[in-house]
Amino acid sequence: MLPYILRRLLGMIPLFLGITIVSFLVIHLAPGSPVTIQTDLNPKMTAEARERLRKFYGLDKPLHIQYYNWVKHLVTLDLGRSFSSDGRPVLDKIKERLSITIFINILSLLLIVLVAIPLGIFSAVYQNSLFDRSTTVFVFLGFAIPTFWLALLLMILFGIHLGWLPISGLKSINYEYLSPLNQLKDRAAHLLMPVLISAFGGLAGLSRYSRSNMLEIIRQDYITTARAKGLSELKVIYKHALRNALLPVVTILGLSVPGLIGGSVIFETIYAIPGMGQLFYSAVMMRDYPLIMGELVIGALLTMLGNLLADISYALVDPRIRMR
Amino acid sequence: MRNIFLCFILGILFTACEKTSDQPDARKETAQNLTSAPPACGDAIIEGSIGDASNLIAMLAADSASHDIASLCYNGLVKYDKDLNLVGDLAESWDISPDNLTITFHLRKGVKWQDGVEFTADDVMFGYQTIVNPNTPTAYAGDFQEVDKAEVIDKYTFRVKYKKPFAPGLASWGYVVVLPKHILEGQDITKSPLTRAPMGNGAYKLKEWKPGEKIELVSHHDYFEGRPYLDGFIYKIIPDTATMFLELRAGNIDFMGLSPLQYLRQTETKVFQENFRKYKYLSFAYTYMGFNLLNPLFQDKRIRQAISYAINKNEILEGVLLGLGEVATGPYKPGTWQYNPAVKTYPYNPEKTRALLKEAGWVDTDGDGILEKDGKHFEFTVILNQGNNERRKTAEIIQRRLAEVGIKIKLRTLEWATFINEYIDKKNFEATILGWTIGQDPDLFDVWHSSKTHYKELNFISYKNEEVDRLIMEGRHTFDLEKREKAYFRIQEILAEDQPYVFLYVPYALPIIHKRFRGIDPAPAGITYNFVKWYVPKPEQKYTIQP
Repeated sequence: MLPYILRRLLGMIPLFLGITIVSFLVIHLAPGSPVTIQTDLNPKMTAEARERLRKFYGLDKPLHIQYYNWVKHLVTLDLGRSFSSDGRPVLDKIKERLSITIFINILSLLLIVLVAIPLGIFSAVYQNSLFDRSTTVFVFLGFAIPTFWLALLLMILFGIHLGWLPISGLKSINYEYLSPLNQLKDRAAHLLMPVLISAFGGLAGLSRYSRSNMLEIIRQDYITTARAKGLSELKVIYKHALRNALLPVVTILGLSVPGLIGGSVIFETIYAIPGMGQLFYSAVMMRDYPLIMGELVIGALLTMLGNLLADISYALVDPRIRMR
Repeated sequence: MRNIFLCFILGILFTACEKTSDQPDARKETAQNLTSAPPACGDAIIEGSIGDASNLIAMLAADSASHDIASLCYNGLVKYDKDLNLVGDLAESWDISPDNLTITFHLRKGVKWQDGVEFTADDVMFGYQTIVNPNTPTAYAGDFQEVDKAEVIDKYTFRVKYKKPFAPGLASWGYVVVLPKHILEGQDITKSPLTRAPMGNGAYKLKEWKPGEKIELVSHHDYFEGRPYLDGFIYKIIPDTATMFLELRAGNIDFMGLSPLQYLRQTETKVFQENFRKYKYLSFAYTYMGFNLLNPLFQDKRIRQAISYAINKNEILEGVLLGLGEVATGPYKPGTWQYNPAVKTYPYNPEKTRALLKEAGWVDTDGDGILEKDGKHFEFTVILNQGNNERRKTAEIIQRRLAEVGIKIKLRTLEWATFINEYIDKKNFEATILGWTIGQDPDLFDVWHSSKTHYKELNFISYKNEEVDRLIMEGRHTFDLEKREKAYFRIQEILAEDQPYVFLYVPYALPIIHKRFRGIDPAPAGITYNFVKWYVPKPEQKYTIQP
């Protein structure tokens, strides 16, 4: 097992470099540069001042030198400074937004797993029943309803008419004057709507997936065998079938690791949550090269690690794979 | 309490009192409250903003959010007053030499930075040296590169000499160029802690900045004009305007800008009327349709005039802004001293359009509804930037009106960077709909002078008129307001005649503010110019700010 992991890890290095080269090129191919976007149509801007800014950001050098400089810094884990006018280190900018995004994503992922898998399993076991049909409608509604629209409706209902929940943001304005218990309550109240809404949209995928898996497995020979042995239906379904049906879920969970750091722009914008989605979006719009690269690097690393993790845990839970 | 709120605005005092006239108690209470609402310190205002600030050293930032905050923390030598006249701020007065080349500022004595160190001419000098330093990544160096020599005469006297007389230069000595030398000297300004936590000389200082969430300022009690009434100013970042509006409705923010739809249709409910007050004044911006004058199609003045006659500006105003704006006639805001109210206008008149086009040789010969000349159809493409709905709607209304007179236009929407870099900068367009913000100084050099047509310069429509060029330089080289006014009035007449742009509209700014705030006095400059004088009477104060 260990040599396998090592081999995989080593193989990641060229893959990772390849990813950075392609990203670097693509980003620079897009029209406009951080300098032009900051200064376009600004009457105070002179050609000389623009040239100064280009120099300041090192954009006057050839592309391969720029890439080399970037990699040189990366080796020392320095992602550089943002090209936006705050000029802060990229790592700081990412750090301060990462925790909230990961927190919300983990909560909503947990919720999705807890709700979607049982939904999927029951739908498969009671295929074509009323329950199956209504959950299908329910999860697809969640998938199809535009987040921003549902979010606004819920804000009006819970925030304005009922007054039960805060409308947006992470904390109340008087947060620092609250007791620790009330601070906790305040945070939870702020998170409730965003987490519910983001989970609602994600139910469809996983529940459909576990449903079709389960359907497939119920038709397998070993299930027939189990039934033939005279096992109770409960045991057949929840012991023999369920275990196997859950296998692919491991892969899906592994693949959602990089998703944990990616936020959704629309969703964060609506709820005024300062997360990664907004940061990445504005970085792209402002052509903030170091920040874009920083986020891509972290995303790429997590994707590769997530894949590896999924493969390893797959081997752990499925003896058939381990044997090969 | 409701009645008190209702009666407070003098504008509706009469109707409100009529309603309550059969309730003597309420009326007495009202009268009492009107007299007994003296200014008091305390409370905080929460303003909603769609964007976060980026850098609180103003010369390093180009976004409006950063400037909103920095201008509360820093004061400069000069500022614009409520009527948009340039007045002294930290400069008590200034003299301009007879040859218009030298300005000598006499600084106010005893003004202190927020850490107690005295503000002197050295700080101005330091700010100037920083802004012209090639290593400072600033967008504001241009005005200061016109300076030939700057010198500190003594602690309270600062003198600048320009290479050529430069009238817009005076206004540039605002809060952007003043920095605390004792803190920043010898440091890399781009990495200074002051980019995140200002040490200013202004009315407010930073308490906390949570990126993407809020910026909280508290009042500076030793502010040179006296302690500001409001103890706190909280800038709450809510990127979505619909969410912001709901937060306003729920009472969680006190101050935001409304859209025309929100202003007219969504804030007429009882809750809003009882708790908020709305304001309406012209904003410093206009929207226009510009023609690429390098294109032979638009080189004939008659064609541009014809198109202008075919566009119903009032209809655009109604359709796009629900009437909340005014028709633009030139590059200035109506009501300012430089605005010429008597220029040629182009009221909707399709008959005139047809006549002018016919005169220029455009006739519909093949009967397909589109005009032709020399076998070519009259059609062109208008490019627009993505994400601006107002411009999109404007373009669609224009498209329909021009179709009626036989001109076919196509609309093309492009992502901002592509729009600017690939089309505008390369002059690779036929016509475009864009907007300019209107500077407080009337100088038009960058947008209208014929020398400004190079790559990335702002006269991208390539307008060239010798008289305009001469008048622009005249206005730039004198501090005499009468002479400047004369030059700018004439420029507006020429632009109105030439129609290089079809000037479309100047929108209203539509702020809404909670009723408990008093002392707000709308003026040509808007409402925030006297922010330090806003207050909430003691009994109505909502928040307590601990410094």
